[in-house]
Amino acid sequence: MALLEVRDVVVRFGGVTAVAGVSFDVEERQICGLIGPNGAGKTTLFNVISGIYKPTEGEVRFAGQMATGLPRHRMAPLGLGRTFQNLALFRSMTVRENILAGAHAEGRAGFLANALRLPAARREEQAAAEHARSLLALLDLEAVAEVPVAALPFGTQKRVEMARALISKPKLLLLDEPAGGLNHGEVDGLAQRLREVKRNFNLSILLVEHHMNLVMRVSDKVVALDFGKKIADGSPAEVRADPEVIRAYLGAEATAHAA
Amino acid sequence: MSASENIPLPAGLTAAARPSLAGWQRGLLVVAGAVVAIAPAFLLESFQLFQLTTAVIMGLAVLGLNMVTGYNGQISLGHGAFYALGAYSTAILMSHLDWSFWATLPVSAAVCGLVGYGIGFPALRLGGLYLALTTFSLAVAVPQILKYKAFEDWTGGVQGLFLVKPDAPAWLPGELTSDQWMYFVAVIVAAACFLLCWNLIRGRIGRALMATRDHPVAAEAMGMDIATLKTRAFAVSAMVTGIAGSLSAVAIEFVAPDSFSLMVSITLFVGMVVGGVASILGSLFGGLFVIFVPNIAEAISKAAPGVIYGIILIAFLFILPDGFAGLLRRIAGRLRRRG
Repeated sequence: MALLEVRDVVVRFGGVTAVAGVSFDVEERQICGLIGPNGAGKTTLFNVISGIYKPTEGEVRFAGQMATGLPRHRMAPLGLGRTFQNLALFRSMTVRENILAGAHAEGRAGFLANALRLPAARREEQAAAEHARSLLALLDLEAVAEVPVAALPFGTQKRVEMARALISKPKLLLLDEPAGGLNHGEVDGLAQRLREVKRNFNLSILLVEHHMNLVMRVSDKVVALDFGKKIADGSPAEVRADPEVIRAYLGAEATAHAA
Repeated sequence: MSASENIPLPAGLTAAARPSLAGWQRGLLVVAGAVVAIAPAFLLESFQLFQLTTAVIMGLAVLGLNMVTGYNGQISLGHGAFYALGAYSTAILMSHLDWSFWATLPVSAAVCGLVGYGIGFPALRLGGLYLALTTFSLAVAVPQILKYKAFEDWTGGVQGLFLVKPDAPAWLPGELTSDQWMYFVAVIVAAACFLLCWNLIRGRIGRALMATRDHPVAAEAMGMDIATLKTRAFAVSAMVTGIAGSLSAVAIEFVAPDSFSLMVSITLFVGMVVGGVASILGSLFGGLFVIFVPNIAEAISKAAPGVIYGIILIAFLFILPDGFAGLLRRIAGRLRRRG
């Protein structure tokens, strides 16, 4: 059984069909890249998987459990971590606090336990603090741990988002355009970090990305969309050579030339 | 790609900026705080001590508002309603049923918490300014509801209710006047509430409250249940402001509808902004400000104290845009850099 099963997902907005029946799997410890030209339905599909949209038809299963229809705040406890396309950090909070906020799903202590600092709340807090320290180190954020995130440059904020997603020990990490807005050197760093993260945290990654080079370098598997339909699904080399993919990206004439 | 290489960071924001205090330093702070809290009871004249008591109570009420508006971003312009509810709960139980003050506190807290929780639900659908207006109308309605004929037997109608301050317990050494004891009651209750709120804000729930304020979509993705957090934040907030109302009822020994006009809600809001939005300790300073600065204004000009108060308020916000809390943070930052 695959970790993530996307089955016949259809999303319609009024008369527009943004996703027209897409199915694919993400296996455990796999990096899966989701690609496609602008308007192919990548982000819509991503939002269905992360629970922000409800599909018109079809379903998403996660670790065997039905994820479609669950309230949004129930996705993180299932083991689904995510980052956002245009940074969604808690701007008034420091880097450390942002990362700790990511540990919310791991904790249980409520209003009363926190106000009274009951032993359970204290233990939880210590465990989270310890975990946050190791992530600060791993993602090279120790020097800015106490800085409010709003004061940091874009690339650093993206790393904070990654740390915030990782602290809840997700089984699947959903990354929405992690390379967006990064320069060349930073993209190289990102590719290496994604592989490290997959290895160290024993998780799967689903990556929606425009940066073709990055996707082809890090993915174990690539799913290509066009006009809301899946046009290819396989290893990076297979997908790159697929005539449908070439046509989608470069147009019909290019396929004729290539042939 | 090291993060800190080429970014000019604001001074005092480096990794070493926030070392935790050593044990003896913490102990010293607690002792100093206790001295500052106890000394006025023996140094101040009766009327001044009464004013300080009301200021402490006001600070507690501001803290309540801060929990929901400052930390959770739900703007309430109607917290005077919870203040009134707390005051009347205590007054009714004491004057009609002869309860002791201490026994009324949990009841008052529970009533205010429940009503706050209830108001939290429509608040979920009314974001930002709409919520501000709705709570505002609540504050407008309160004095009239308190005067309403059907409740008159309980509320005392326009006349209000009289009650008596609790006496100092006999086992206390030395003979405390009722004003002194009232001051200690206010300080003890306020200190307990401040401590509980401080704990709440420093932990998992506090971060979740701030996270839902800063970015609700991301907060949900972290597993935070926004509806639960917001309604409970409203309950906690109403509870704290209601407890302050209870204290005010016994401190003044009188409740009447006209003491709970719209002005109370506005005063709490001013106290929150002046003290520092989303600041625990700032709330206390906010309470001191809204009680004492109008007096100072009146000492400067008997003819137009409102004008002077307005000028002081504007000047204050110009000099300290982040309220007292911002000033405290700046001082703390400077001390650390020197140390």
